[in-house]
Amino acid sequence: MATLNLVQSITLTLQQAMQADERVILLGEDVGLNGGVFRVTDGLQAQFGEDRVVDTPLAESGIIGTAIGLAINGMRPIPEIQYEGFLGPAYDQIVNHAARYRNRTRGAIPVPLTIRVPVGGGIHAPELHSDSPETIYTHSPGIKVVYPTTPSDAKGLLTAAIRDPDPVIFFEPKKVYRSFREEVSEDDYEIEIGKAKVVNEGSDLTIVTWGASLFECLGAMDNAPDDADIELIDLRTIYPLDIDTIAESVEKTGRCIVVHEAPLTGGMGAEISARIQERCFLHLEAPVQRVTGFDTIMPFYKLENEYLVDAKRIGSAIAETLAY
Amino acid sequence: MPKTTAYQATIEHISILDEHANFDAELGEGVMTDEQALHLYEHMVNCRELDEVAFKLQRSGRMGTYPQNKGQEAAAVGVALALEKGKDWIVPSYRENAALFMHGLPMHYILMYWMGDERGSKMPEGVNVTPLSVPIGTHMLHATGIAWAEKLRKSDGVAATFFGDGATSEGDFHEAMNFASTLKVGVVFIGQNNGWAISVPRSKQMNSETLCQKALAYGMPTVRVDGNDIYAVHYAAKEAVKRARAGEGPTFIECVTYRLGDHTTADDARRYRDEAEVEAWRNRDPILRVRKYLTAKGSWDDARDEALKAKAKKIVAEVVDAAINVTPPETTDFFDDMYQSLPEDLRKQRETMRTSSLGQNPDQVGLKADTAAVEGR
Repeated sequence: MATLNLVQSITLTLQQAMQADERVILLGEDVGLNGGVFRVTDGLQAQFGEDRVVDTPLAESGIIGTAIGLAINGMRPIPEIQYEGFLGPAYDQIVNHAARYRNRTRGAIPVPLTIRVPVGGGIHAPELHSDSPETIYTHSPGIKVVYPTTPSDAKGLLTAAIRDPDPVIFFEPKKVYRSFREEVSEDDYEIEIGKAKVVNEGSDLTIVTWGASLFECLGAMDNAPDDADIELIDLRTIYPLDIDTIAESVEKTGRCIVVHEAPLTGGMGAEISARIQERCFLHLEAPVQRVTGFDTIMPFYKLENEYLVDAKRIGSAIAETLAY
Repeated sequence: MPKTTAYQATIEHISILDEHANFDAELGEGVMTDEQALHLYEHMVNCRELDEVAFKLQRSGRMGTYPQNKGQEAAAVGVALALEKGKDWIVPSYRENAALFMHGLPMHYILMYWMGDERGSKMPEGVNVTPLSVPIGTHMLHATGIAWAEKLRKSDGVAATFFGDGATSEGDFHEAMNFASTLKVGVVFIGQNNGWAISVPRSKQMNSETLCQKALAYGMPTVRVDGNDIYAVHYAAKEAVKRARAGEGPTFIECVTYRLGDHTTADDARRYRDEAEVEAWRNRDPILRVRKYLTAKGSWDDARDEALKAKAKKIVAEVVDAAINVTPPETTDFFDDMYQSLPEDLRKQRETMRTSSLGQNPDQVGLKADTAAVEGR
């Protein structure tokens, strides 16, 4: 066991994956000598060489498009896109090629690749460095969307993503990168993609969240009345959605709040609410609430904390939902 | 300080067998045997026959939109002959049928594809061909990645990718060229310059006189050839493949050609092209000149030509039968290859696609799908 933060845990995972499978290569902007802008790939080029940790030209579509070719021809590429805001130029390659190739060839040509992307706000970054676009890719059939929060979950999920026979977008909440450490096993282990985690068991209210918002939820729960028994679910994978874990919880509690950083309209909160009313209608004691980002452009960092969901907003939702 | 020249380049143009069937003996020496030329000729004839029949299938409502290859067959076969089947890769656009057939794609797969059956892209084992690429100019990046994998594995396979003049305006084209050249991987880029991107002529597409100039920007060897001349195309392709196999990086070949048909069956090229221009290019047909040349040389004759064309008709008739009579896909076919194993939710959607109303979750509380009514249909 080692005590690692999220960055260190991902570095360790990549290192172990590269040791175990020589088909695994890393590619992206500044991932080599510089170790990536968040230092996630620090030291890996020194260890594995320039052929396996590749500083590519500055072209996101080129990074994903060539990674698709690498995957078609037997490699297990792990491209890094520096920030979620720069997924835009690669959108066509992700959605129109990576996601479709297996289906397009009726299984003849799968595209196993893992696209690593730092995501979300909270680090006082410039424009297009703080967004939460996970729903866009959830609405693009053919991709899996993984969004771990903790170092140990990230290790198991990233290992599973690298070994997955299909394309995975692996979102890494940058606010959590260095925010805390925990025990992470150095053993080889996978966490199944598509399985949520019950972080805290409770009987009065279910909160579903993922990424950095998890810690805001924990803060809100600390401030909630002592007799409020709240169940907290870390979704961990956005697609495939683990509706069973959510439904099982809501059938027990009868009340649910979905919390995410991404904008409200068309966000995963909408999908989860719809699924809950389909599955748990007769169990519901209150409308499903959403605490999310606003339907605005993510503001620059002077107003960043006004946008991001926080313990106070979540606390209000908890009080309202419990009192309904 | 005096001004100096920072960069200078010339672009070669190669023509061996011209439209009047004149053959440049010096340049054409050893490019290919007559037997090989006849092999390519046969593939071009078969492809042309398929094209004509496909057009009729579309017009008679038995097939959807189809893009004819007519006029551009030489680039496809000239390159395909330079590649090793089952080892090298072809990453096509959608006007290179003959190259795909030469590398093992069953001919009826192409008809299945345009008849709306996606199993037409289910490449048989050992056929190193990627599916037709509908989004323009995005697939060349895959060729670069495929060739990159060859390099990483220390293997010497080559990836050849085809695209049109319009595709060279797309950003991905430039990223593919830059990556390939910078990483020094074995790609052969084949720009089929047919002068028109649907209705937009080269002059409105770019201010570059040649496509080759774009390769110069990436420090890539490049050559312009008569794209209707199988000898010139093959000459350039052989060189490019040799260079790629030797680990010397990519090459860009511009094939100057013309599509004799419409962009697709949904297009009417008379809206934007002069008949005189089309007529001039009909005389430059890649098939006619090979026949004329080999006949004059005594390697071919009218009787054999008639027999070959009769054989092509028979082959294509069988191909059409195979495509039309293929077992229809299962109704759940479009679910099954979304992922290697279907997520539970998707499996449920698949199983209830006909027994549950659209958007209705089969587990929905208090609702029961009326399966009896559906089953009674």
